[in-house]
Amino acid sequence: MDMHRLPPFKIHAACGTLGILDRTRAAVPAEDIVRGMANMRERGNGLGAGYVGYGIYPEHADDYCLHMMGLDDGARERLRSYLQTVCNIRHDEPIQTRPTPTIHDEPILWRWFVQPREDKLAGRDPEDYLVNVVMTINRDVEGCYIASSGKNMGIFKGVGYPEPIAEYYRLEEYNAHCWIAHTRFPTNTGGWWGGAHPFGLLQWSIVHNGELSSYGVNKRYVASFGYECTLFTDSEVISYMLDLLCRRHRLTIEQAALAMAPPEWEEVDRVTDPARKRMLTIMRQTYPGALLNGPFAVIAGHDGGMVGLSDRLKLRPLVAAEKGARGYIASEEAAIWAAGGQPEKSWPVVAGQPVRFDLYEAKEAAA
Amino acid sequence: MRIDASGLHYRQLNQQIKAAVAEGETEFELVNVCGHRYLGSGIDQPVNIRVEGIPGNDLGAFMSGPRIRCSGNAQDGIGNTMDDGLVVIPGHAGDVMGYSMRGGCIYVRGNAGYRIGIHMKSYLDKEPVVIIGGRVRDFCGEYLAGGKLIVLGLDQPAGEPLVGKYCATGMHGGTMYVRGEVDPALLRPGVSATEIGDDDRQVLRDLLAPYCAEFSLPLDEIVGGLFVRITPHTARPYGQLYAY
Repeated sequence: MDMHRLPPFKIHAACGTLGILDRTRAAVPAEDIVRGMANMRERGNGLGAGYVGYGIYPEHADDYCLHMMGLDDGARERLRSYLQTVCNIRHDEPIQTRPTPTIHDEPILWRWFVQPREDKLAGRDPEDYLVNVVMTINRDVEGCYIASSGKNMGIFKGVGYPEPIAEYYRLEEYNAHCWIAHTRFPTNTGGWWGGAHPFGLLQWSIVHNGELSSYGVNKRYVASFGYECTLFTDSEVISYMLDLLCRRHRLTIEQAALAMAPPEWEEVDRVTDPARKRMLTIMRQTYPGALLNGPFAVIAGHDGGMVGLSDRLKLRPLVAAEKGARGYIASEEAAIWAAGGQPEKSWPVVAGQPVRFDLYEAKEAAA
Repeated sequence: MRIDASGLHYRQLNQQIKAAVAEGETEFELVNVCGHRYLGSGIDQPVNIRVEGIPGNDLGAFMSGPRIRCSGNAQDGIGNTMDDGLVVIPGHAGDVMGYSMRGGCIYVRGNAGYRIGIHMKSYLDKEPVVIIGGRVRDFCGEYLAGGKLIVLGLDQPAGEPLVGKYCATGMHGGTMYVRGEVDPALLRPGVSATEIGDDDRQVLRDLLAPYCAEFSLPLDEIVGGLFVRITPHTARPYGQLYAY
């Protein structure tokens, strides 16, 4: 399969990201996010684009949905054989697509709604168990990759520009209250279907503009907790990091952001409040392996909403905006206008400080 | 000339503007602008361009003469290597504004982002001027070699710093004026922050008069505030680095 189709000319660009969350859980039409992504065409080069939608499988809302990318015709049955040994398959079906002119070399795309098998769980945390299932598939089930594995959400991605990828996956048929999208300009690794963004693990999904100079450190750090990077790109590790920090270590989103983009030691030295200074010191000493170095701007999705985070020196752009119940995060403010008109309020994301939009119900539950 | 930018790629839009400038058109009104890049770029005539909507990155890059007035916010890279002319932003500006700028003026009413005025320079009668109404973030005036960079700190919450970290790193020319206190910890070595004198106040009055007129702001009140002037100790801060 020709996965490294490079265009015969160089396009100067950088990745483009956009997230839209309706905080009342009202559906965000897919055409809105596609329009916003089309506006940032200059930021990608056709070597990868993708979307994550939240709230799209209400009829299977309690099952984990595995989106499979299979590299050959036998992939689906190999995966079925493996899955039957570890999960109850509640339902499985093709991910619907339509022939689209610029989209080719597509993998086999199949979705599986599963639950861990009780007899295999043996008291283990079901989500730890699922992480292990996903890692095992990506590593051991030949030609099979899991694009997403959360409940009531799914990742749709491939090699192409954002508009044909959306058309290919028939995104207009899904009702999502949150869409997060990416257009890729790969810098260090080739463009292939599994390497397109978003990346996801359980409820978390991420899109990333930038490159992680700390990738080796981060990869080894998450590997010590059982996460294996198999997708040939640095961005993958961020989704595992979020699962590790927020779910397993039970950090808040703000604390996880502090682990990934902590203030420099020089800044910690200047903090006068002793309690805060001690907290910052402990975080830096505890999480050197979680520190994401180098330029990045990330939009992450989860069951309760959407988060934006940039590196500590703001080496990649990220803007947030609000309009009514909708929250937006994007590489360019123009993409937000293109997606939903002029926002009521917009502001640049501050380096290293997360901006979060939560579902209103999540806020009420916390209050 | 009025151009509806909706549906136009930035190349088409910029080609239309340049073709009309070549025909002698001097007044432009661009409507439904949404992310169109390089507006005004490469034009060397003092034409007027009104931008309705949100302009894309590198607004006014490499331009030499046009006066661009926007309707609200603008994105990253405004005035990249700009040679002459004016850019007016009533809202906020993004990162890397005035990068390597060597002439003309950029006026922002709101805040601006990271890396503002990096390596601006002046030569003979050319002196770039960047004025920000609100505050700036990290790396403001990094490697500043010439020109004037003014941060007014208007409408800011009390106690919020007006400049970010690494301010004036490697600065070796030009002047920064900040209307308010500057925490010395935010400045890098090799620069001095001092209170301004009467000469400076006159310089500021001259530079701020057209800015205040543009945004209907009270000139006397703004010029009368506390200003800190940041200047480099030497024009060759690294002169000894390789020749000790």
